[in-house]
Amino acid sequence: MDTASTDSTPANEVPDEPIPAMQQLLDNPFLLLFLGIAMPTVLYIVWGVMEIVGIPIAK
Amino acid sequence: MAVNRNFRVCPSTGLSYHEPAEKLMRWNAVAAVVSLLVGGVLAVLIVLTRWQAVHLLPPDWFYLLLTAHGLDMLVFWIIFFEIAVLYFCASTLLRCRLAAPNWAWAGFWLMIVGALVNNVAVFRGDSSVMFTSYVPMGAHPAFYLGLILFAVGALIACFVFLGTLAVAKSEKTYHGSVPLVTFGAITAAIIAIFTIASGAIILIPTFLWSVGLIGHIDSLMYRTVWWAFGHSSQQINVAAHVSVWYAIAAIVFGAKPMSEKVSRTAFLLYILFLQLASAHHLLADPGLTSHWKIFNTSYAMYLAVLASMVHGLTVPGAIEVAQRQKGYNKGLFEWLRKAPWGNPSFSAMFISLIGFGFLGGISGVMMGTEQLNLIIHNTIYVPGHFHATVVIGTTLAFMGLTYFLIPTLFRRELMFPGMAKWQPYVFGLGMAGFSLFMMGAGTLGVPRRHWDITFAGNPLAYDGWAGGTAWLMIAAMAICGLLATVGGAMYLLITVGSVFLGKRIATPDFAYVKARDGVAPTMKPVEVAFEAHGSNIGTAGFVAPGTFVLALVFLLSFVLYYFVNWKYLSTVWPLS
Ligand code: HEM
Ligand SMILES: [Cu+2]
Repeated sequence: MDTASTDSTPANEVPDEPIPAMQQLLDNPFLLLFLGIAMPTVLYIVWGVMEIVGIPIAK
Repeated sequence: MAVNRNFRVCPSTGLSYHEPAEKLMRWNAVAAVVSLLVGGVLAVLIVLTRWQAVHLLPPDWFYLLLTAHGLDMLVFWIIFFEIAVLYFCASTLLRCRLAAPNWAWAGFWLMIVGALVNNVAVFRGDSSVMFTSYVPMGAHPAFYLGLILFAVGALIACFVFLGTLAVAKSEKTYHGSVPLVTFGAITAAIIAIFTIASGAIILIPTFLWSVGLIGHIDSLMYRTVWWAFGHSSQQINVAAHVSVWYAIAAIVFGAKPMSEKVSRTAFLLYILFLQLASAHHLLADPGLTSHWKIFNTSYAMYLAVLASMVHGLTVPGAIEVAQRQKGYNKGLFEWLRKAPWGNPSFSAMFISLIGFGFLGGISGVMMGTEQLNLIIHNTIYVPGHFHATVVIGTTLAFMGLTYFLIPTLFRRELMFPGMAKWQPYVFGLGMAGFSLFMMGAGTLGVPRRHWDITFAGNPLAYDGWAGGTAWLMIAAMAICGLLATVGGAMYLLITVGSVFLGKRIATPDFAYVKARDGVAPTMKPVEVAFEAHGSNIGTAGFVAPGTFVLALVFLLSFVLYYFVNWKYLSTVWPLS
């Protein structure tokens, strides 16, 4: 895209300036969903369960 | 099958309601209020039992009703209302048809059946296991089954919400980013999906155990996974009520967020870190290492706490800016003095914000510190803390939103407007006293979930509760709690009265209008306030000095309280 006035962009959207990466992340609910599940699953559940499983059983 | 594309535009707010979405929001809201009614009646009986001087119920009834109160309030009231909020934020705010209304109805009825089955199990009397239902304490299988059905229904609702976002994007009902309030709802839905998945991981085996198909469930394993469900569900509430704060600021003041970027980043911190704080429920459990505990409750949780402080500042900050632009620009606090304190949506929202921050937030950070947790673990301090968060914070915010929804969603005039003016104060201040005195009694060591703390008639009878101070705290707690139930009854009277008997708001040319793809009906003032926009006005200098002062007061209280508790720890646990 050479100029800001190309017809490929709809009239009511800002034609220039690429969307920043952070905004692309925030605009993508499914990516956020992935992150929101992955973080606690790994850091809380998996790590916690591994610790519990590692406790030696009393004889 | 033909897709229903019928919309109506609310004449006073300009919001558009999709016909099936509107009906679903109403039914979910009604189911929520019915649950609140049941839970509220139980609250009166429980308070009158914990008030040692009255000691109303016998022990088996106390534990039974306490179980039912926890579930009807924290699970059924809150989640039904949240589903209504999710549909509002996706369908109404994005002016988009609800994706898959039939699925949404299936979800709704599953939730209704689940709530009923669970309540029946509890009221039969053999499931008084508290809402945490720790194994090896066992409930009737219907107890777990009801919860599972309810959770499946709620999960379907979350997917209908996400589906609606996808429809809105593909049918281009909005441009750019979704409004901030909708973004907050996305946060809530994401946390809800993790919450429900964790619930399934633990409740399905527990159900199988209750019917004899599984021989043993490790109790620490249960507690760890259960709290991924039990705590995270509280974070759905936080994300939801913060969104409601932003919404009410937009509705009442036309306030725009001080910085979209900052607020959205704060919600992102919730998505990433809030759920890890579940570990604070296991701080006193042996078996999990301090690495796991401290990582999840300190490093990670403080990022989430930071996000709450950001919201706690940007919401009043946005209101301050809006008020100053209207000319209430004198001194530090004219904007606040001249706020519409008689508008119950505003007063409920503001009390919710202050109560959540000062009472719930500060006590939560204190309790979430591994060492300090020892002081109050399993004392009545804990319900003191969470009545400040889920009752003053979430419940009161939802009450404030209700006053807005009755005319626009139910198209009824508010009944008893004079009473509505007072309702947030009676409920909010009653609850604030209730929480504070509970925390006071807990600091003295009074246990939670306990029918008789004197153990009268037993060999180990004890009534040395800090020389009477604890008795005083408990009595004051009960009186404030009863005051709060009066406030709750006022809310129920107003909402049930308005919705079923209130005067219909007549709209002369009322009609559902069929919308074409991509056509957004014209906007009215309230709706414009919800729109996303890019301007950052809150960065240069002090545009909101009053809020800045409030923040300093908050920080000071926080630091003082935190250190007082370290001092206290050194006296309750003498090492020398
Ligand atoms: C005026 C309103 C209310 C009053 C007076 C009240 C009172 C009480 C009392 C006295 C307890 C027992 C504490 C103990 O013995 O450990 C309790 C527990 C509880 N309440 Fe409330 N409550 C009210 C509203 C709510 C609301 C709106 C919610 C949720 C949104 C809620 C959630 C809970 C939960 C989860 C428990 C703990 C149950 C358990 O330990 O298993 N309450 N409440
Ligand atoms: Cu928690």
